[in-house]
Amino acid sequence: MRSFDYQKPTTIEDALSVLSGEDAMVLAGGMTLLPSMKQRLISCETLVDLSAVPGLSGIAREGDRLAIGAMTRHADVAASDLVKETIPGLAALAAHIGDQQVRHRGTIGGSISNNDPAADYPAALVALGAEVETSTRIIPAEAFFTGMFETALEPGEIVTRVLFPVPDMAGYGKFASPASRYALAGVFVAKTGDVVRAAVTGAGPCVFRAPDIEEALNGSFTPEALERITLDGTEILSDMHADRDYRMNLVVVMARKAVETALKLAG
Amino acid sequence: MKDFIGVGSSPKRKEDLRFVTGKGQYVADIKRPNMLMGAFLRSPHAHAEITSVDIAEALRMPGVRAIYTGEDMRADEVGGLPVGWAITDRNGEPCKEPLHPAIAVDKVRYVGDAVAFVVAESLEQAEAAAELIEVDYKVLPHVTGLVEALQADAPQIFDDVPGNLCADWEMGDNTAVDAAFENAAHVTSIELVNQRLVGNPMEPRAAIGEYEPERGQYTLWTTSQFPHVVRLLMGEFVLGIPQHRLRVVAPDVGGGFGVKQFHYAEEAVVTWAASKLGGAVKWVAQRSEGFISDAHGRDHVTQAELATDAEGAFLGMRVKTYANMGAYLSTFGPNIPTNLYAPLLSGVYRIPAIYCEVKCAFTNTVPVDAYRGAGRPEATFVVERLVDTAALELGIDKIEIRKRNMIPADAYPYQTPMVVEYDSGDPMACLGRAEELADVAGFAARKAESEAKGLYRGMGVSTYVEACGLAPSRLAIQMGARSGLYESATVRVHPSGAVTILIGTHNHGQGHETTFAQIVSERLGVPFENIDIVCGDTDKVQHGLGTYGSRSLVVGGSALNKAADKVILKGRKIAAHQFEADLEDVLFENGEFSIAGTDKKKSFNEIAGAAYLPYDFPLETLEPGLEEQAYYDPVNFTYPGGAHICEVEINPDTGIVTLDRYTAVDDVGTIINPMIVEGQLQGGIVQGVGQALFEHCVYDDASGQLLSGSFMDYCMPRADNIPHLVIEPLSTSCAHTPLGVKGCGECGTIGSPAAVINGVVDALRHIGVRHVDMPASPNRIWNIIRKTRTRVAAE
Repeated sequence: MRSFDYQKPTTIEDALSVLSGEDAMVLAGGMTLLPSMKQRLISCETLVDLSAVPGLSGIAREGDRLAIGAMTRHADVAASDLVKETIPGLAALAAHIGDQQVRHRGTIGGSISNNDPAADYPAALVALGAEVETSTRIIPAEAFFTGMFETALEPGEIVTRVLFPVPDMAGYGKFASPASRYALAGVFVAKTGDVVRAAVTGAGPCVFRAPDIEEALNGSFTPEALERITLDGTEILSDMHADRDYRMNLVVVMARKAVETALKLAG
Repeated sequence: MKDFIGVGSSPKRKEDLRFVTGKGQYVADIKRPNMLMGAFLRSPHAHAEITSVDIAEALRMPGVRAIYTGEDMRADEVGGLPVGWAITDRNGEPCKEPLHPAIAVDKVRYVGDAVAFVVAESLEQAEAAAELIEVDYKVLPHVTGLVEALQADAPQIFDDVPGNLCADWEMGDNTAVDAAFENAAHVTSIELVNQRLVGNPMEPRAAIGEYEPERGQYTLWTTSQFPHVVRLLMGEFVLGIPQHRLRVVAPDVGGGFGVKQFHYAEEAVVTWAASKLGGAVKWVAQRSEGFISDAHGRDHVTQAELATDAEGAFLGMRVKTYANMGAYLSTFGPNIPTNLYAPLLSGVYRIPAIYCEVKCAFTNTVPVDAYRGAGRPEATFVVERLVDTAALELGIDKIEIRKRNMIPADAYPYQTPMVVEYDSGDPMACLGRAEELADVAGFAARKAESEAKGLYRGMGVSTYVEACGLAPSRLAIQMGARSGLYESATVRVHPSGAVTILIGTHNHGQGHETTFAQIVSERLGVPFENIDIVCGDTDKVQHGLGTYGSRSLVVGGSALNKAADKVILKGRKIAAHQFEADLEDVLFENGEFSIAGTDKKKSFNEIAGAAYLPYDFPLETLEPGLEEQAYYDPVNFTYPGGAHICEVEINPDTGIVTLDRYTAVDDVGTIINPMIVEGQLQGGIVQGVGQALFEHCVYDDASGQLLSGSFMDYCMPRADNIPHLVIEPLSTSCAHTPLGVKGCGECGTIGSPAAVINGVVDALRHIGVRHVDMPASPNRIWNIIRKTRTRVAAE
């Protein structure tokens, strides 16, 4: 690890002010950042720890939306009665991120700002049509995730909350890499009225919507509707853990699982 | 009823309080006065000429004290890293043993080969400076695959090793095997890969070298399984330090699995750097550095054939194996796929003729050496996959074909056609008991239940035997070992009667502090809590060969037992003097010396006290003190063995294999501490399951880079992958070790890979699958199912 300055601001204004300085980085949960710094893959002049900034964590219902603060830990989302009542599929997703230690340190804002192509939250945000509230604006999820480890965030801009519309039902199917336990393929499906949205993580360079799956489920929101589906494989990754054909198969199998979960959670 | 904790009981482990409370003292915890920190710059290329190394800018960085290259070490006449156990090829020629410099000179030969060593006041400073060293490389063509390395057009890794062939080795009677195959009714052929693994002990390797110029004294603290051997190899062969001036300490060590039983370059570099700088220099491996610098394990490609008659009786076996040595020979490298492999190809079966040839190849990869089991899991995998495939082809039940060919209990001692003679065992009883415990009879019903859920269930059987308790020096030296493989122990009885044991094996998780105390408690009647064990320090312990090859209890425990015999004899002499009796009349039982037929008796403590108050000793015939030392050299290997039965369930949609049931019946000889033995078996089984289902060390052929270089990509088995393990010992006493023990450290790892893979193949048999290579990962299984279905449909 290279040496750096550590700052722990106590107001959002101070945080933004420090972040506007030269080569400053945000420390949210640090679950990707700190290992990368230890491996000397990432370094910065100033590390800005957001954990003491008030108002950045917490879960609240705001009208027809669920608002989750950027510094809310995965374990808190998983355990929240409010999340379990409104979007149980989201609570279930959070309950299976990483491992216990990661879930108690990692945050939703940190996860989506990092935009790991195999992270779980991006699939939920895109499928649910969430909006990302930042220190300066509101960005629709589909516009927020722009590429592998890339987001629409400008330098010095930080995520403050994520705003989720509440669907009729939603579920997540994840096939975890046996080694890293990141998603080799994760599919989040959400049904609101007659509209089904499905988003895929882990299988491509960045989270993406799957029109083939959405179309099939729009006709019938059942696992069986996905029996004979064939996917457009252009965005599907191939690596030592899952070749392209296998990953395409996993996307379909996980989409079925997501629908089963959604139906089950909806009772 | 014994009033002490002796053999056969399971006291809590003495060492665990300090481990579970975080009070262990590992090398990384040790700080020396004015200690400097070191970092290695390692090669990013698989094969390249080093055209220049520019350290000027790096040397100017704050805190940097020195930067050393391979050229500096060569100029100082530092030797190459020696091989501890070389082999002789089929023509009687020694295997190729190219120079293995501690830091690369002229050429790098694998990704991770050390290029420079930076010493600075802090690790941060050393790492920062290492990044500023400018190395010019002329990149050369490389080869990482071992079969490819032996092809005519392969890149040459050493000028003096034509064709990258380290040794072309053989064992067995080729002519007899040819005759057996000519008379066979059936021949079963298989090809398999025993994939490369990374050992990954929990504690990464670390080393501190220190030099005190005023005393001319060197000290090395290192994460080693065998400090005395490091003292010998590094002192005599690499650095030229006389052994009385070199102290090697292996303190608490967090797991070894073989990875820490080699003399590594880093040990020599920190000690040499310390001598140049006149102080202490520390290096601690990062986990990612361990992946590219710890010796790897396995990495075989094998073709094997089994000849049988029409009833499935085994007539002969022919095995051809390619074994990867990596870029240099590690300490035991060439010995593992040869001497520790071929002799076990008879398994627990009567096979009249066996022939094995092994081609050892150099490649541009991390050196390969012993990893838990070391050669014996590879042999077991060949035998048990052959037997299972033969059963399938002949239409004979897989358990039945094994029983038909097993060595019956009354045929022991059994001379195999591959040098070794099994002294004891009862494989039939092990398999029979495993069948009962595994509820083989209930398998069909469980399979039907799985089918109803859309899952494929298979049952896998494996038997095994291993040669361990390394090793009878006579045999080992014949086979190329450059040292004896005896062990030594001292039993030091203090005037109070408390005991300190000094032993040459090394405890790094096996519970020696507990097991050895139980042995001495049993023999001397000294309370368990009054016995402490000292190991891992060449200045304290007289001598030792260390811990590997399931040898600690077998060889070290036997030395300890022998030293206890000597203590008892000495105690009887003291008692005879005190009783004014003849030595022959003095008995020792349950911690008491007595005279037969009288009420004269003295406790062990009284005699211990008397040994140190010799006011009236006849000094010409009776020395003061009560401390004895013994060396023990075994007469044979020991041969633990057993039978493992497992059941797997496969989800055809995802290819995921779930291990559902596991039963192991193992013959480890006499058991000193049942809890520790069960723990060893559990850990071994899980490590073998890791190979069967999860672990895979993968090089990218095109770039020569290690793709599985972290736990993000290298999959270790975890608790949630493992079902409840049903483990039951079924012991026959070893015929030649004084305690009847056989060793248990490697059993699980040897028996389990074949059991699991046989189960996976059984689950997929109905769709036409005949073989699955390890690891049976979801990706691989899904593709095998798909391709087999396509192939079968086309046929």
